[in-house]
Amino acid sequence: MGSLQIMLEDLFRRLEVDYVFPPRSSSQALSLGAAISPELACLPLKITLGNMIQGLRAGADTIVMMGGWGPCRFGYYSQIQKIVLKRAGYKFKMLTVEPPSRGLSHFTSPFKFLAPGISTRALWNIVRRSFQKGRAVDLIEKACLQNHCYVTEKNKLAQLKKQTLYLIDRAESKNEINEALRVGLKTIDSLKTEDKQPVLKIGIVGEFYLLLEPFVNFDIENYLGSKGVYLERSVYMSDWISPSGKNVVGGHRQKEIEKLADPFLSQWVGGEGQVTIGHTISFAKRDFDGVIHLLPFTCMPELIAQSILPAVQRQYDIPILTLVVDEQTGRAGVVTRLEAFIDLLLARKNEMLLRN
Amino acid sequence: MKVGLPQALLHYKYYHLWETFFNELGVETVLSPASNKQILNAGVKSAPSEICLPVKIFLGHVKALKDVDKIFVPRVVSVEKGAYTCPKILGLPDIVRGTEGLPPVLAPTIDFTKGKIHFAKAIYNLGAQFSSSPLKIFKAYQAGTKALKRHELKKQEDGLSKTGGLKIGIVSHPYNIYDSFISLDLLKKIKKEDVSIQTSESLDKKIIEDETSSLPKELFWTYEKEVVGTALHWLKTGKVDGIIYLLSFACGPDSLAQVLIEDFAQQYQDVPLMSLVIDEHSAEAGLLTRLEAFLDMIKRRKKIESNHRPDGLSANYARGSVQAA
Repeated sequence: MGSLQIMLEDLFRRLEVDYVFPPRSSSQALSLGAAISPELACLPLKITLGNMIQGLRAGADTIVMMGGWGPCRFGYYSQIQKIVLKRAGYKFKMLTVEPPSRGLSHFTSPFKFLAPGISTRALWNIVRRSFQKGRAVDLIEKACLQNHCYVTEKNKLAQLKKQTLYLIDRAESKNEINEALRVGLKTIDSLKTEDKQPVLKIGIVGEFYLLLEPFVNFDIENYLGSKGVYLERSVYMSDWISPSGKNVVGGHRQKEIEKLADPFLSQWVGGEGQVTIGHTISFAKRDFDGVIHLLPFTCMPELIAQSILPAVQRQYDIPILTLVVDEQTGRAGVVTRLEAFIDLLLARKNEMLLRN
Repeated sequence: MKVGLPQALLHYKYYHLWETFFNELGVETVLSPASNKQILNAGVKSAPSEICLPVKIFLGHVKALKDVDKIFVPRVVSVEKGAYTCPKILGLPDIVRGTEGLPPVLAPTIDFTKGKIHFAKAIYNLGAQFSSSPLKIFKAYQAGTKALKRHELKKQEDGLSKTGGLKIGIVSHPYNIYDSFISLDLLKKIKKEDVSIQTSESLDKKIIEDETSSLPKELFWTYEKEVVGTALHWLKTGKVDGIIYLLSFACGPDSLAQVLIEDFAQQYQDVPLMSLVIDEHSAEAGLLTRLEAFLDMIKRRKKIESNHRPDGLSANYARGSVQAA
């Protein structure tokens, strides 16, 4: 998860903590994690466990993990991972950063352990600056995603993204980050070719980790983009960290999502269950040609969304492709289904054009 | 007015409350038939294939309730402060609403994270659909809670009164234990073997609460607390001779609780533990074989331990937990 890494690296640099990042998620991380994970746990638990093992092997003695208060299983990941890793013989300290909704100290105490003597105020300022970076990275990712189909020189776009992310990573002050962001967005915009039109418009919804980590979603964004499909995504990292915040990267604030999803799912069910329904309806209302729903096997909130999506599909007449991913899923299977889905959408679009 | 009550999931916890409540208000209740193959098939057809067996069965029950005016699917978000039930139970009314060709859903929201007043309002609004008298609604609710208490007390006494033979504790959700179709008649099979059964219902709620609050981080699923707390209590105190942990494939909370319970079973090795994972493909013969092997092992172990071998060798020989998935 590229944007998360830039944000956290910035945070640890500012806190002056010696850190090591495990290599990017790979099949090695997955098989390491899956080997000792509980069988029925969801994919993100298994792969983050693999990341942890790689980090420990690279010399880390402390693991920092996010927490949560439910009802999604993610909030209990760190506890389970701690048990499983200890049983496998690893020695380490696990720090869980809990959301501050049940007391600020749940959030601050891991950081105060890492950087002894830091005041809550100083910590807040650092976290805010790092978060700004995370948001800037998200905005660049969004711009690249949504402009991908309008750009002829795809390589140049990829290169530009890399450059901009590097500049954001190096930026120190608030102004530097904003400047890097501004220049990046402008140059990405200038790459657009006016006459190029998207073949199709597809929205991607689903579970957070699966949408954000190219390794587990088989880089479908790149694949679809290279086919000339205009893409939008429902979840961005910084929206997830501050869900009700202003200037949402994903396009819809929590309140709007709830309102959109209300006729179908009027209850927050944890994770991205409601976000998935809300964004699907938003995509349908904005005349997208189709929606792709990604979820890890046994993910509870997304399973609720999956059982409700057929009703959304009926009412809004929008095709939805559901892809369930676990450690057994192969790239070829996913690509075949994507190809078939694109073919169907194109045929449908042509037929509708002829009819009108 | 006929209200349909699906005989699945939280039915096994709160049925007496709701039935009495509706009947006191003069509403006829219709209970779906006991789970069977037809119900399972109907449920499997309308649910995503990845969802857990209890939810599939639930949808089957809902479909079996076609000739009623309304189907009662309460949205039980939370029954205590600081914990939820399960995401799937949170979204249950919406899943039912999304299923085609069903009567309208009656879905009050029970959410104790929002306080007692929210709960009282939910009950009042539910009753107000059938009666204009607040007093009558209040009395109906009181009668309901009384009926539920009576039932819970009876369960507790049932568990305590049994003596003789082996004592086996079953940890699982009530909808897994008491739905004999889901559990492949596990209770009956065990009872045949001159074994008495204990469940978490025979334990004081305080005990469960104490056990789970000793965890490094409190669980945020109420019903999972019952499962983990019960298992923990029995493992620590040795009040049962063996524990059978029944969980359904693809159950989210249980997938993590399993790690906790099996970890504790390794720390407290005096009580053997067997995990049984069930889904719609589980076969009776496989379950029976495992059950017999487990019970035989416990019986043999008891025999050896009662022989008091001074070298302690035989006790160690019989020790250890059987794991099966």
